[in-house]
Amino acid sequence: MIRSLIHPQAQFYVDDRVVFNPFPMIHATAMLEWGMNWCISTQIHTYLIIHAAVMEKNGFAAVLPAPPGSGKSTLCASLVQEGWRLLSDELTLINLITAGVVPVPRPIGLKNRSIDIIRQRYPQAVLGVLSSDTLKGSVCHLKPPTESVQKQFVECPIGWIIFPKYEAGAITELLSKPKGQAFMEVANNAFNYSALGVKGFEVLKQVVDRADCFSFKYSNLDEAIVVFSQLEPPHEN
Amino acid sequence: MRTSWPLLVAVLRKERAFKELNAAEWDLLIRQARRSQLLGHLYYLVDAQALLPLLPNGAFRHLDSARVQTEKQQRDFLWEIGKLRQAFTGASCSLIVLKGGAYTLACLAPHRGRSFSDIDLLVPFEALVDVEKRLMIHGWLPENKDDYDQQYYRRWMHEIPPLRHVKRGSVVDLHHNILPRTAKACPDAQLLLEAAVELTGEHQGIKVLSPLDRFIHSATHLFYEGELDKGLRDLVDLAGLIAELDADERLQLVDRARQLGLQRPVYYALRYLTLILHAPELQGAMRRLEQSGCQPKLIVVMDWLFLRALMPDHASCDDSWTGLARWLLYVRSHWLKMPLYLLLPHLSRKAWMRLPGKDQH
Repeated sequence: MIRSLIHPQAQFYVDDRVVFNPFPMIHATAMLEWGMNWCISTQIHTYLIIHAAVMEKNGFAAVLPAPPGSGKSTLCASLVQEGWRLLSDELTLINLITAGVVPVPRPIGLKNRSIDIIRQRYPQAVLGVLSSDTLKGSVCHLKPPTESVQKQFVECPIGWIIFPKYEAGAITELLSKPKGQAFMEVANNAFNYSALGVKGFEVLKQVVDRADCFSFKYSNLDEAIVVFSQLEPPHEN
Repeated sequence: MRTSWPLLVAVLRKERAFKELNAAEWDLLIRQARRSQLLGHLYYLVDAQALLPLLPNGAFRHLDSARVQTEKQQRDFLWEIGKLRQAFTGASCSLIVLKGGAYTLACLAPHRGRSFSDIDLLVPFEALVDVEKRLMIHGWLPENKDDYDQQYYRRWMHEIPPLRHVKRGSVVDLHHNILPRTAKACPDAQLLLEAAVELTGEHQGIKVLSPLDRFIHSATHLFYEGELDKGLRDLVDLAGLIAELDADERLQLVDRARQLGLQRPVYYALRYLTLILHAPELQGAMRRLEQSGCQPKLIVVMDWLFLRALMPDHASCDDSWTGLARWLLYVRSHWLKMPLYLLLPHLSRKAWMRLPGKDQH
């Protein structure tokens, strides 16, 4: 009681149970986003779920699987501001039958320096409350474009799998990646690849067969955006 | 007696049909089932009525996800069984698998959609040292328990501390009995071992408890258990196990329970199967138990406790007394498993060790 007056806390309940330690009230939005991602990634197995940002342009989706710190969210937020359709900034849900991406367009979680980068580049972008000093540093959420939300029920085939890596001072470089290697790396970035068993293998094989796979190194966002705008439709295999 | 049941129980009792549930009820049903670890079971109930294609999308997503999850656990379990077979090659005793694992290997009714994590094995007390050594060689090592815990398990319990595989993380609970040695009702484990049956086909060479003993073990486990958050799931298991017994076997069940000195948990199992799950045709066995003198005097009190604690562990199923009922059954479970002169020092020590910072000393 007294604690809640001095130091208000936020709790996340799932089916009537607390699943995380409480957060300070000012981190509630960050907690809500992580909590919702946790629910999907631990409870849902009707999709192959990959830890990756995913956006669509000209009818094809680009999947960006990458560990935190690789600049995935900054890149995703910028591309979305440049007209790409947001499918998800965190969870790529793949339909087990069609192998297409099922969108979950939600506010994009920006962390630390990328908050200022996006604010400066796109002054018209709508950003939510800033939660500073969370477990992952400062977190702020970017409003997704209305059109992305309106098209949230429109699935999209995967055209490209791109492993981004931000490196200070690096020259922009898009290199084709062997499919076997891409397959293994996507599987490692999936939440439920092994839970799905044979089904997981089959659908991921379908995805990798159809998509062009690249590794992508960058330090300059303008150049990165150009590279993405010049992606060619995938070669049919 | 209760006049209305939580939605999940009403569905299990077949008083509510899947077809008539609205979206809000599906939402509640899924929450209650997930808390009770019965979501996978629900999938197969719906499937048995060929209603999966008619489910609302959201409901199907949760049920189907639970199916995938339990199938994954069973796949992993079968892999571990293969490894355990290797570990038991040349051992002085057979590989006897208990509970969820046994239901999976023997393809018994409860196995479909049932989730389980640890692998429970039964070996003769004399074989413990040999088996433990073999399991260690194959990668299953004791988890970090302190000397007190190690000693406590080995001296008083019916199992040794859990063994976890260093690479794969699978956990084996090695039992030499089905109740702690300190429990008054601790049965003669030799009787269980002698009656164990060998599986045929793919799993030939592996043994499981006899059909009667499987039911008795499951009942004993449930009605000696202190934490009943999965109580309803265990009751559903019992419903599946009893359904495999014909009328004669149900009467033999009573004799076997008497032989093992475990009439009381079997009595409760039959009673609450009838009261809660509406399980049919258990009157004969009940009567036989009562004739043999098993008639708990405090049955009104036990009903008061179990009819609350065996409900799904979800706020929508609680009344003002549920918390107290769960707590009393927790105390009862300890009371039944250990005499006070052992229990009090043990709990005091546990409480002391739990004080913050104690583990750093």
